[in-house]
Amino acid sequence: MSAPTALVLAAPGTNRDHDVAFALELAGAAPRITLLAELLADPTVLHDAQLLVVAGGFSYADALGAGRMWSLQLTHGVGDTLRAFVAAGKPVIGICNGFQVLTRTGLLPGALGHNASGHFQCEWGRLDVPAGRCVWTQGLEPIECPIAHGEGRYVHPDPAGLAANGQVAFTYAGHNPNGSQDAIAGVCDESGVVLGLMPHPENHVVARQHPRHARGTATGLGLAVFQQGVRYARER
Amino acid sequence: MAIGARLTIRSQGADPRATSLLADAHALGLTQVTAIDVAEVVFFHDDLPAAHRAAIEGVLIDPLLQTATWQAPTRGIDTELLPGVTDPAAQAVALAAHTVGLPVVDVATGMHYDVQPALDAATTALLARRLLANQVIERWAPAPIAPSFIDTHATAERSVDHVAIRTLDDDALLALNKERGLSMDLAELHAVAKFYRGIDREPTDVELETLAQTWSEHCSHKTFRALITVLGENGADGATITPLLKQLRECTDSIAAPFVVSAFVGNAGIVTYHPGTTVAVKAETHNHPSAIEPFGGANTGVGGVIRDVMGTAHDPIAITDILCFGPTDVRADELPDGVLHPRLIESGVIAGVADYGNKIGLPTVAGAVIYDPGYTANPLVYAGCIGVADAAPPLPGPLPGDLVVVMGGRTGRDGLRGATFSSATMDATTGDVAGASVQIGDPIVEKLVIDAMRELHGLYTAVTDCGAGGLSSAVGEMAEGVGADVDVTLAPLKYPGLRPWEVWLSEAQERMVFAVPPAHWPAVLAVCSRHGVEAHALGTFTGDGWLRVRAADLTVLELDTHFLHDGRPQRSMVAELPTPYRGEPTLPECPDPKATLLALLAHPNIASKEHVIRRYDHEIRGATVVRPLVGEGHDGHADGVVLARPTDTHGLALGIGVNPWYGLTDPERMAHAVVDEAIRNVVAVGADPDKVSLLDNFSWGDPRRPSTLGDLVMAVQGCCDAAVANTAPFVSGKDSLNNEYLGSDGQRHAVPPTLVITAMAHVPDANFTVTPDLKQAGNVLVLVGHTLAEFGGSHFEKVGHSVGQAVVPAPDADAPARYRRLHAAMQTGRVRACHDVSEGGLAVTLAEMALAGRLGITVDTLPHEHTATALFAESNGRLVCELAPADLDWFCSELGTPATVLGTVTTGTDLLIGDIRVEAAALRTAWSGGHS
Repeated sequence: MSAPTALVLAAPGTNRDHDVAFALELAGAAPRITLLAELLADPTVLHDAQLLVVAGGFSYADALGAGRMWSLQLTHGVGDTLRAFVAAGKPVIGICNGFQVLTRTGLLPGALGHNASGHFQCEWGRLDVPAGRCVWTQGLEPIECPIAHGEGRYVHPDPAGLAANGQVAFTYAGHNPNGSQDAIAGVCDESGVVLGLMPHPENHVVARQHPRHARGTATGLGLAVFQQGVRYARER
Repeated sequence: MAIGARLTIRSQGADPRATSLLADAHALGLTQVTAIDVAEVVFFHDDLPAAHRAAIEGVLIDPLLQTATWQAPTRGIDTELLPGVTDPAAQAVALAAHTVGLPVVDVATGMHYDVQPALDAATTALLARRLLANQVIERWAPAPIAPSFIDTHATAERSVDHVAIRTLDDDALLALNKERGLSMDLAELHAVAKFYRGIDREPTDVELETLAQTWSEHCSHKTFRALITVLGENGADGATITPLLKQLRECTDSIAAPFVVSAFVGNAGIVTYHPGTTVAVKAETHNHPSAIEPFGGANTGVGGVIRDVMGTAHDPIAITDILCFGPTDVRADELPDGVLHPRLIESGVIAGVADYGNKIGLPTVAGAVIYDPGYTANPLVYAGCIGVADAAPPLPGPLPGDLVVVMGGRTGRDGLRGATFSSATMDATTGDVAGASVQIGDPIVEKLVIDAMRELHGLYTAVTDCGAGGLSSAVGEMAEGVGADVDVTLAPLKYPGLRPWEVWLSEAQERMVFAVPPAHWPAVLAVCSRHGVEAHALGTFTGDGWLRVRAADLTVLELDTHFLHDGRPQRSMVAELPTPYRGEPTLPECPDPKATLLALLAHPNIASKEHVIRRYDHEIRGATVVRPLVGEGHDGHADGVVLARPTDTHGLALGIGVNPWYGLTDPERMAHAVVDEAIRNVVAVGADPDKVSLLDNFSWGDPRRPSTLGDLVMAVQGCCDAAVANTAPFVSGKDSLNNEYLGSDGQRHAVPPTLVITAMAHVPDANFTVTPDLKQAGNVLVLVGHTLAEFGGSHFEKVGHSVGQAVVPAPDADAPARYRRLHAAMQTGRVRACHDVSEGGLAVTLAEMALAGRLGITVDTLPHEHTATALFAESNGRLVCELAPADLDWFCSELGTPATVLGTVTTGTDLLIGDIRVEAAALRTAWSGGHS
């Protein structure tokens, strides 16, 4: 079976596009990094894709709040195309800045504010995977991967309702690094095909990337998220 | 002006930034301040109709996180960025407005701060001046401020002034030097005057500025190229010595390492450790700018060193930073006039490094943070970068006929005269008059140039970065011997109104200059357009050896590039060599080793740096195999870092050595010690000691003082000896001299002699890396290397012990062979942990290994009969290794002597040294302080 095409979207300032493309390749997809300007010029490039990835970084330098400028470009430029992609049931993932973008476009619920610490933080942590409706996390064991953000504090008017509806996809296990409500690290939309998360599973796709690899206590490959997404895209 | 509009945006709930501002205010002595709240402000030059206001709110405000008002506050403090300072937020507002179809053009941004209503005006003003507004880039006023906007309709006079120099006497030459801020000495002024007498005209203002930039200490390294006479006994003139830069070059040549591709040429050193791949490595300082505008200074320092690597056509992959600050608990009223509080310098510098590195998408991986009162007025900020490329022949150009292409950021008045500024001693007015000398970077613009450069291979014949001196330096260097003809009116500007000399000398960031054959120009433009990068051809490389700069048809500079680059007279300088004590050392007393260990662990230079390291993204690219934070709780400090792409077996290690305290008494031994430390740090993580390249970065005081130059001479000597002993060549370096501050008290404040050594080494197998955290109870610990009573400049002394007649740690001639044997042992995978012994000595090393592994240690054998020496001396060449008991005999026979089997790893987490027990909780509290 041919590898599903994954369109990895990158805006000016996106910087984890290559990392996530590598993860997708390992997971069995055929990633294609596409610049925002190219998508805006020709929205039909999305038609050939089976997965859409909104990659992490500092699009437009996070001016006026992380993800704001990118989401504005998407909403005004290709809003209908994006909604059609989601309506067709094709899986979408937004990581870090991509998550911030998807909340601001309205494709995901809630918002991401400044970390409680008031500054950028980079640290590894464990993510629990509550049972729910997200197609990217079905059957997933907890994963371990780094966060690297300054605006990752998840805020939602009704986090309990979100959890009850099966839309909380990841929670920080143990230490809540940024003051997120109910330690929420990732959420999905009502349909379950759109996932957003602040941590970077794409930076733990081989065992050697884990900080405790030398201690022999490394677990929880983030690769599993991409494998599940690719599997879903292939089988749906 | 029209009555504009302002939108004030507040966070819902407490703004996390407010908490740290209040803590800063209190640390600065403003304890009367009890409340600060923060808001962002957007200023619009023209008023907006209600519908437009609603639309702007719709795109700028997140209703879950923020509230907004168009009502201007009537109290509190407003700040705004000065017109012309890089303001991505203002650009973004304009882009956002454009996206939703609103005709909004002139936008500026700022901040608003609410303080408690009862705060008196004097304290409010002090708060604004000391904490809220850095007047180098910002302006403040009681709210509401009257915002200023950049003049978008300014026009520039295209004129050229000639400056009379040919007939001036010495006094008049020196007056001209001072008036124009040229930072030249009399011999150089004479050389300029003579040159113009020879061509029978006066220099233009642009020529004079260009010569000053090109001949500045910053750009031409006068001291490192100077003829130095060493003072003999009784102050008589003694022997002259080989210029320092030549010594370093000859040292590298004599080592003749097969992996060196290019050393001390161009923007960075280049080596090859693996067939088909080359690695570029470079470190720079950005000290003076960071002293007056810490965020912008550090920010552009990082941006600049990344461009150095880009300027060798390599793709940047990682950043390093070494930061030296004054004590952060100094009282604000004890600071010299005009000096920012070290606490603000520290937070600004760290934020500046983090901002650039995180946004450009490179991991900030290796570094150090040290504190000393000698850095209070002169903080030091070193930034390094490494990059990789497919092995390729050297670029052939620039070739006659190639276009002079400037790519990346636009040109503004940013940083005019930065090179001469950084070469001058600062005084209390520096912060006021040097406003234009510091800039804020725009890392996204530089990132886009990196992206574009990956697709430009083969389309250009030469490249360099625009750093100090701007186009004058970049084009001037590229044109050396070839010549160039450029029209500065073709350079894209941030705003109109720049005069020709301003365009030519601007240090606007994020610009690269390429030599592009005309046939490739359309292809270059196509790549740049795809990535949203601006590229403009300003002229051509001519082939006649003359540099010509025009503003359309007005010639403003016409110089023979031979005179520009080779016309500077060699400087003659005098050095007085230090005479450090190297006799029999006193054995110092240590009545309470436990208290000493805890004091050492709590010393800012040794204590955990986790709070700094976590501000930097060290994970991006997924290649950081040994990261700066390691161990069971990811909080131990690795000796060095290892970078290896997930698909590669081999990798690169980076290690740092720095110790200014040794330099204060024995600069030669200091240099040897820090080279040894940098190499030890890469060997400890698994690098091959036969494939180590070194960088030297000197930050020194004024070398015209003979004793200061004498210290430098001996440090270079130490560097060369250590490089030869380790067969580790220097491939690049940089010196930052004149790190002195003339306080309004009339006293000179100089930095301690600070040499930072970066070791960049090959890791043959990234699956066999080693970290310092203890792995398993029951394992044994072995110390390799000699332990001697070496306490000169030690941290044992810093925590309050008298050391009497002390010596700085001497070079260990056996160390290089020891490192090779250790490396061979590591390749078997049987060395379970390894940590070097440095500041604080063996006891600190053991405590750090235990803390990182969440395990304990029982020590029953010490490496010296004198307890203080065994535990706290700082002898070079030592490492502690963890081994399974079954591997002990093998390891000891592999390593040979001296090796001390110290004791065992325990499941209990205490550190037990003989009958001295230090509880794990006490170790952790001391080491982590209030930070974690």
